[in-house]
Amino acid sequence: MLNIKAGSTSHSAYNLRSVYSDVEERHTLAVIVENEPGVLARVIGLFSGRGYNIESLTVAEIDHTGHMSRITLVTSGTPQVIEQIKAQLGRIVPVHEVHDLTVEGPTVERELALFKVRGEGDARVEALRLADIFRANVVDSTLESFVFEITGTPEKIDAFADLMRPLGLIELARTGVAALSRGPDSRV
Amino acid sequence: MTGQTEQTAGQMTGAKMVVQALRDQGVDTVFGYPGGAVLPIYDELFQQNDIRHVLVRHEQGAIHAAEGYARSTGKPGVAIVTSGPGATNAVTGLTDALLDSIPIVVLSGQVPTFMIGSDAFQEADTVGITRPCTKHNWLVKETDRLGSTLHEAFHVATQGRPGPVLVDIPKDVQFATGSYGGKETRSTRYAPPTKGDGTAIEALARAMETAKRPVFYTGGGVINSGPEASKLLRDLVAATGFPITSTLMGLGAYPASGEQWLGMLGMHGLYEANMAMHGCDLMICIGARFDDRITGRIDAFSPNSTRAHIDIDPSSLNKVIRTDIPIIGDVAEVLKELLGVWSARGRKTDREGLAQWQAQIGEWRAKDCLAFRNSDKVIKPQYALQRLEALTKDRDRYITTEVGQHQMWAAQYLGFEAPNRWMTSGGLGTMGYGFPASIGVQMAHPGSLVINVAGEASWLMNMQEMGTAVQYRLPVKQFILNNERLGMVRQWQELLHGERYSQSWSEALPDFVKLAEAFGAKGIICKDPADLDDAIMEMLDYDGPVIFDCLVEKHENCFPMIPSGKAHNEMLMGEVSTAHAIEAGGAVLV
Repeated sequence: MLNIKAGSTSHSAYNLRSVYSDVEERHTLAVIVENEPGVLARVIGLFSGRGYNIESLTVAEIDHTGHMSRITLVTSGTPQVIEQIKAQLGRIVPVHEVHDLTVEGPTVERELALFKVRGEGDARVEALRLADIFRANVVDSTLESFVFEITGTPEKIDAFADLMRPLGLIELARTGVAALSRGPDSRV
Repeated sequence: MTGQTEQTAGQMTGAKMVVQALRDQGVDTVFGYPGGAVLPIYDELFQQNDIRHVLVRHEQGAIHAAEGYARSTGKPGVAIVTSGPGATNAVTGLTDALLDSIPIVVLSGQVPTFMIGSDAFQEADTVGITRPCTKHNWLVKETDRLGSTLHEAFHVATQGRPGPVLVDIPKDVQFATGSYGGKETRSTRYAPPTKGDGTAIEALARAMETAKRPVFYTGGGVINSGPEASKLLRDLVAATGFPITSTLMGLGAYPASGEQWLGMLGMHGLYEANMAMHGCDLMICIGARFDDRITGRIDAFSPNSTRAHIDIDPSSLNKVIRTDIPIIGDVAEVLKELLGVWSARGRKTDREGLAQWQAQIGEWRAKDCLAFRNSDKVIKPQYALQRLEALTKDRDRYITTEVGQHQMWAAQYLGFEAPNRWMTSGGLGTMGYGFPASIGVQMAHPGSLVINVAGEASWLMNMQEMGTAVQYRLPVKQFILNNERLGMVRQWQELLHGERYSQSWSEALPDFVKLAEAFGAKGIICKDPADLDDAIMEMLDYDGPVIFDCLVEKHENCFPMIPSGKAHNEMLMGEVSTAHAIEAGGAVLV
């Protein structure tokens, strides 16, 4: 009767999909929570306890006076699992809102990463040149190393990491994804 | 009068605040066990008479008793436990209440705030341990926030889908003085929607008009929604003439004597109920959650039906079974609206289709799936329950159970005419639940007949509560179907593990009559079917707790049964061969 549900998938122009498809989808969720002790443990415990995936999770307070934090969560699963994740998140008492940014419209996603690359000679020059192409900043330098700061989509950071690896990448720190809807309106 | 005002609001110690908050919530009974970290609260309990405290013999008993109180009254049950082992002993009961959606409020003591994290004596990370087994929990670090948190706890436990909550209160917070503002100080944010979507309700009403083979499939949500929901359900069933089945949790919402009653469905449900679920074209699920004990094999579950699902918890919808008409809301509110919409549209049903459907159901009923071969030598457990039913059904009766074969037989052979009369551990399947639950029920209904239908193995798990029953003069009847076996384990080993009965017999059992007498209660033993009625009457006539040791057939299996990994229409009946009933695919299932 209601087999096709308006919703999800960034792959369809009509934004239609069957809730019962077996295809795994990647979704970015914005979860607005009361900033109280244990709230992150509740969210993470839900994922580990019910066997859902977390690809990335970031959390920080966004409203100090209102004690609100925003958790940006990237997860994957079949549409039925994604719906279940949202419903389960919504059931946690200190969770105020759950937004599926992937469904709600175009979004902008960014991640920040720090790369420590060690090398000399041509490799060092090449690393610096590639960093320039990727608009990465040098935030620390010695005669034999750089620390690059790069911001972008997770794919861009993956690509930069692939390039740095043969050039002496020895350490990498990523923040995970922060995401907002595009356009003038706020849905959160 | 000013003195009284000072008592009910304003500045007071945390311990006093606990008692005042309970009073303001209308709590008349708490179940608990004292210890170092709750001594200030117990000191306050000692100095008042509004709230009765029931001293259990183990904290698990306190939680199950609170559950029994809650399920038989519809009000939240309250338990108090101390820190560390007191709190960890509460975990099974909390999980039980979570899976069965029972509103209980557990207050636990904690080591003082300045000692938290130091591995202090009787310290445990109680909020950490109970986070996954409560609906919500709180650690209160300031006395000023204690009052509002306690009221919030009652609110969260009872609103939306009910469940257990825990408030962890460090000892220094109990001693310190803070301000208490009464019931209105809780934050009001938590408010799950209760009104169903009008379009979906209309869609269901339309589907009801054309359905040829409809069935109502109801669960504990109807009972949790309150007596109004059960009344509306009865009205709806009477008006439509649709047959109705229920989960273990929902028994009593529709009367067992009702015309449309199919009996319980599921793994040990009735043939006609499961066949109706398999063959229906419209399934109206009300306050149930498609548990694996209900569905059997999911890909063969009710293959040709349109499914409507009414539930207050959005996460129950589409969790395991695809739903065509999802309706999120409180059962009573949705049923009221549904009845209204369907009536406004002319109260139509497909009478011809329904008549054929009823005829088909009549054929399934005629199979008489609960028939068993009786004996005049040994008491069959089914016979024992038939006699218990016959001798108690007209009384003001509450039934609790433990977990296992006896539980399923009780669900099959006892009839429930009203909600809140049947307390059993459905979701978690907690052996040891029934006895303490019967104590909670009896505390709430001192003049009523409370019977715990038990197996001897389950009953031993919380037998220490005999002390509680005797101390408070609670005339709870422990009706133990004693087969000297872990009957359900034995049954599965017979069906699945080549009759290798690994650890599934009860050796070194106590003499239950002497055990009862040792506690100052009455013991009755019965092993001859001819003596059974007299023995049951003796139990009923005794004004005090009774252990009834009913020695039954040791190798009886519980049928009908949907073996693991099979569909509703592949039920095993009592008389057929049960060899290889469970195949490899089903063997891994529980």
